[in-house]
Amino acid sequence: MEISKAEMQSAAAAQAHPTHSEELNGAEILVRAMQAEKVEYVWGYPGGAVLYIYDALYKQESIQHILVRHEQAAVHAADGYARATGDVGVALVTSGPGLTNAVTGIATAYMDSIPMVIIAGQVPTAAIGLDAFQECDTVGITRPIVKHNFLVKDVRELAVTLKKAFHIARSGRPGPVVVDVPKDVSFKKIPYTGYPEQVTMRSYNPVRKGHGGQIRKAMQLLLNAKRPYIYTGGGVLLSNASTELRTLVDMLGYPCTNTLMGLGAYPASDRKFLGMLGMHGTIEANNAMQNCDVLLAVGARFDDRVIGNPKHFAQNERKIIHIDIDPSSISKRVKVDIPIVGDVKDVLTEMIGMIREAGTKPDAKALAGWWETIEGWRSRDCLAYDRNNQDVIKPQYVIETLSKMTRGQDVYVTSDVGQHQMWAAQYYGFDEPRRWINSGGLGTMGVGIPYAMGIKMARPNSEVFCVTGEGSVQMCIQELSTCLQYNTPIKVLSLNNRYLGMVRQWQEIEYSGRYSHSYMDALPNFVKLAEAYGHVGLLVERPQDVEGALLEARKLKDRTVFIDFRTDPTENVFPMVQAGKGITEMLLGSEDL
Amino acid sequence: MKHIISVLLENEPGALSRVVGLFSARGYNIESLSVAPTEDASLSRMTIQTTGSDDVIEQITKHLNRLIEVVKVVDLTEGAYTERELMLVKVRAVGKEREEMKRMADIFRGRIIDVTEKSFTIELTGDLSKNDAFLVAIDRSAILETVRTGACGIGRGERILRV
Repeated sequence: MEISKAEMQSAAAAQAHPTHSEELNGAEILVRAMQAEKVEYVWGYPGGAVLYIYDALYKQESIQHILVRHEQAAVHAADGYARATGDVGVALVTSGPGLTNAVTGIATAYMDSIPMVIIAGQVPTAAIGLDAFQECDTVGITRPIVKHNFLVKDVRELAVTLKKAFHIARSGRPGPVVVDVPKDVSFKKIPYTGYPEQVTMRSYNPVRKGHGGQIRKAMQLLLNAKRPYIYTGGGVLLSNASTELRTLVDMLGYPCTNTLMGLGAYPASDRKFLGMLGMHGTIEANNAMQNCDVLLAVGARFDDRVIGNPKHFAQNERKIIHIDIDPSSISKRVKVDIPIVGDVKDVLTEMIGMIREAGTKPDAKALAGWWETIEGWRSRDCLAYDRNNQDVIKPQYVIETLSKMTRGQDVYVTSDVGQHQMWAAQYYGFDEPRRWINSGGLGTMGVGIPYAMGIKMARPNSEVFCVTGEGSVQMCIQELSTCLQYNTPIKVLSLNNRYLGMVRQWQEIEYSGRYSHSYMDALPNFVKLAEAYGHVGLLVERPQDVEGALLEARKLKDRTVFIDFRTDPTENVFPMVQAGKGITEMLLGSEDL
Repeated sequence: MKHIISVLLENEPGALSRVVGLFSARGYNIESLSVAPTEDASLSRMTIQTTGSDDVIEQITKHLNRLIEVVKVVDLTEGAYTERELMLVKVRAVGKEREEMKRMADIFRGRIIDVTEKSFTIELTGDLSKNDAFLVAIDRSAILETVRTGACGIGRGERILRV
């Protein structure tokens, strides 16, 4: 359904009699709102319901729109941008299929609590509910995968709704917010009085400051611990609290682990860092989790991939302190002794202050004993692999080579989902926050290229590597075209083992080697494919050529390079905790199978 | 264990579906749910009757609070409260049954609000167990139709839920 004649006439009449206040249509108000929110980039795809918005974007210069090739990638790119910068990522899609294509991206951002605003076009208000062309119930479809969503039925509500959307997206536990804008709302003109400076909502007031009494209790417990452990997640990065975390860990001298989402919060190269924990965590990280007597959980949510079987986890007694901004994350899977609801940065700052004031020192003797135990676990070197193999490229070797080559440099690493993701997490060794960008919660294959693209846009002077596999990369490979159009040169490192590796690994271990549909038959020639997209493609088949290829790719600073590494198809990710097992029941290598 | 949770939420389109969606998405039970605007037309008050362990109820209240449009949440069953449900029952009432049905309605302090040659419609209010008891007390085969609002609860005395 198109805009009615009457609406056209009333708009024309309004234009004919200008008043003192500025008249803007909904689309222009939307653009003003984004400008007021200091939005620099919008990733999107046009369509019927958003044409007025695209028209308004055409008439301005401060916001750059990036035309993706599929709406899923628009949301992923904006999400990657948000993960790297901490700003709200913005995506724009049309109604119906535009929105349904965006759903995977929205759910991905939701699971990892990424601040985003997704603007979706909608059919005109009069057509809603009539099964109009390209209509879908956007608010209904996205309800379970957003922090909040809005359908704007009146253009007079648009500015305040956008203000709320940005506020909700970035405050408290961040998350994606969808704003559904019917076509007539973007078309209708009203006198515009400006973008609201602030917005108050009686039903939404996230807590920042932690409860002082609880923090004091926690500190007492923590300082008296014999086998303390600090376990931190994505919340530390979202709260920009890695400086505070480092200070706290260093003051205490306690061992520390990061989840997949939290890597980089504490430097991987520090001895106090025990590596990532969880399903593919190190022995020392997992054993410490199981055997500690006081656990400080910071912005982490005791995910099933992190603690394994909760019954097994509960077999050892330990006191748990949990800092999280979202009360519903506390005591969800694991009962917590001292909950502290608040912003991680605020709470850690307060903790550091208390230690300084009190001057209390941890029990040095107990701590030394605990470290000795940990070093015993660490000496097992659970990430060892066949490093000197001259015949076939070990996927871990590619990551280690990249890591050595880029140490201390301005580098971002994105990944897709699967074995390559775990190897990147295990072997790269992230020392800085917001440098490791991947889909942890939803585990979305296909995020790697769009993430890299979004980050490169925000950080044009940084190098952005996308570690992927030949399975994942094909889920959003069309975005290589976007990379060319917007000159976002990224380096795609595809660990091509000709298998859906993680699926194959599970089938080998849990399904007696019945490799049901995990072999990627009829793979394209990736080198030619990269060239067809206007980029550089490299094929690397021998371990000796890995370093050279990476060097060559890095030399081509302003080109997107796709390296097709032919890696060992039989390599598995170890250590591994099988589904349903406890986190210390690890398989350490193929000899354990 | 049975819990009655009262929720004050913004009286906005879609707010109800967020609450219901939360329960279905996270696998929580809803035994009954009643909702209507309050004296302040911008607010709705919802009473949810649910069952679950203490841990589950704690998660339910936390997740309800997490919804942007939810203003306040109280588990009424944590303190003194009172609950009422309205039930309308249409029963067969022919011959001797008419007197018997009238008597049963009186015992349960119900009112007959519609009468035909063959049926009565009885209005009952009470807590859920009283209304259950009535349905058990009368001849089951006489029940033609029942409709219940679900529990509607309020704290006793000084326990007040408002913005």
